[in-house]
Amino acid sequence: MTRRWELFAHDADMGVRGFGATVAEAFEHAALAMTSIVTDVELVDAQEEISIECEAPDLELLFADWLNAVISEMSARHMLFRAFKVRLDGSRLHGQAWGERVDAARHRPAVEIKGATYTALRVAFEGNAWMAQTVVDV
Amino acid sequence: MRVPVVIYASEALLRDMDDKVGEQAANVARLPGIVTASYAMPDAHWGYGFPIGGVAAFDPDAGGVVSAGGVGFDISCGVRCLHTGLGRDDIMSVQKSLADALYKRIPAGVGSTGAIRLDDAAMDTMLLRGARWAVDNGWGLDEDLERIEEHGRMSGARADAVSDQAKRRQRDEMGTLGSGNHYLEVQEVTNVFDEAAARAYGLSVGDVVLMIHCGSRGLGHQIGTEFLKQMAISAAEHGIALPDRELACAPIRSALGEKYLGAMRAAINCALANRQILTHLVREVFAEALPAARLRLIYDVSHNTCKVERHRTRGTTKELYVHRKGATRALGPGHADIPSPLRAAGQPVLIGGSMGTASYVLAGTTKSESLAFSSACHGAGRAMSRHQALKEWRGRQVVDALAARGILVRSPSLRGVAEEAPGAYKDVSAVVEAADASGLARRVARVEPLICIKG
Repeated sequence: MTRRWELFAHDADMGVRGFGATVAEAFEHAALAMTSIVTDVELVDAQEEISIECEAPDLELLFADWLNAVISEMSARHMLFRAFKVRLDGSRLHGQAWGERVDAARHRPAVEIKGATYTALRVAFEGNAWMAQTVVDV
Repeated sequence: MRVPVVIYASEALLRDMDDKVGEQAANVARLPGIVTASYAMPDAHWGYGFPIGGVAAFDPDAGGVVSAGGVGFDISCGVRCLHTGLGRDDIMSVQKSLADALYKRIPAGVGSTGAIRLDDAAMDTMLLRGARWAVDNGWGLDEDLERIEEHGRMSGARADAVSDQAKRRQRDEMGTLGSGNHYLEVQEVTNVFDEAAARAYGLSVGDVVLMIHCGSRGLGHQIGTEFLKQMAISAAEHGIALPDRELACAPIRSALGEKYLGAMRAAINCALANRQILTHLVREVFAEALPAARLRLIYDVSHNTCKVERHRTRGTTKELYVHRKGATRALGPGHADIPSPLRAAGQPVLIGGSMGTASYVLAGTTKSESLAFSSACHGAGRAMSRHQALKEWRGRQVVDALAARGILVRSPSLRGVAEEAPGAYKDVSAVVEAADASGLARRVARVEPLICIKG
């Protein structure tokens, strides 16, 4: 697969879209797209691992919940992440994220992400891959 | 639709307005208990659920709802305007060192933290007392409080309705500016349109003011996120059919609706306390750089809120839950909630532009009450996505172009500056003229930036 993730335009904010052979992989890549809104993913070191758990009644809400949990940890820990691992178990999600504390001089973070919205929220199998997308508020 | 959609704009603004604004305002018009109309302000643009620049009021007696999406993630984001007691020449003599000192002192950008650490007890007190808590702790003056909406303290806040994670996100974020379109600007008054109101606000051409635009930081974002989900999941239980999940809402008279209102009001207090602490930091910088300065608060007004207000609808006056998302309250002359020195002029409506363009001070009108529940625009509104802005401009180029015009920009991120380039925004003057022409608010003064600290 050539594209792992991409950003798409929204008037005030930014859309994130992840692709993958599985839903879990699409979720992981969409979270990477989110890091790319803040900084160049390649500038982030995987120094620390954190765990993230979420639960929601359907796949789309679970996707938004996953991104929001990542955003929340970025904010509370002042961290940026360069890699994610997601395991889905029915309505539950078990995730891991690897990253480091924000270093303003090195990362030059462009903008803080406030939350993942339900605008343009979609999780679907399209063509030959899973796609998970939504707009995040920045 | 239960009520019509009303969009206030000039023909040109309407032509450039995203089609999604009308679509989203129409979705809002389908929500239970909405009264009179679903409004869009002249700066309206595509939001999520509600348009940004949307105003809607709900009647609790008619099954009305409160919507987390109708307030937004950055609860009580707003603008505070201070008079510096100085003129342009005073600032220009120290412009560079002042810009550097402000940038050094004001925590701005991703990952920045404030000097204050809140323990559990202090957090809860802050959430209940807002700017009053800040002043009690030495960050500000008693006289500041009367110039803030709700006298600096939103009543009805519930610290117990705010999750531990929301509090965790806020523990070291008090007195931080944030990022994105949040900023602190030193500005010069360049035009006065309404002499009497300008006099009441203390503004004359050549005066230097300072505007702070920011909100409730991580705490508000977390509250918005959590209640959006809870409201989306429970909508069906409450018998609410959502045209868009982002419009997630709960009846005002439900346990979830009441809990959200308590948490949202706590976030309003957080935003008011945050802007109060930032004010204190700014005063410290000015005391060192320009000892003659005396920073006096003109007004502080939020533009992402839901407030209980008395308005006329269907021939009677009653309490309504007015959602303003990217819209500013604009109370007309004589309203009891306006601080007495400003009351005859109407409530100051503070309109932030983009760096490099103008900002405006407007005044609420009597007519605005019947036009849009006493509401007006809140800013320029984006004309271009961040994505597009990055293709159009480089951050260094934007900073240099502004410096050539005498505007000093300080920001931790050049990419952030490019995303916020002045050209990515609509013409704030056109927005303000439309607000003035429609009667939503009237123009009092125009200000232009001299120093801009971007998050």
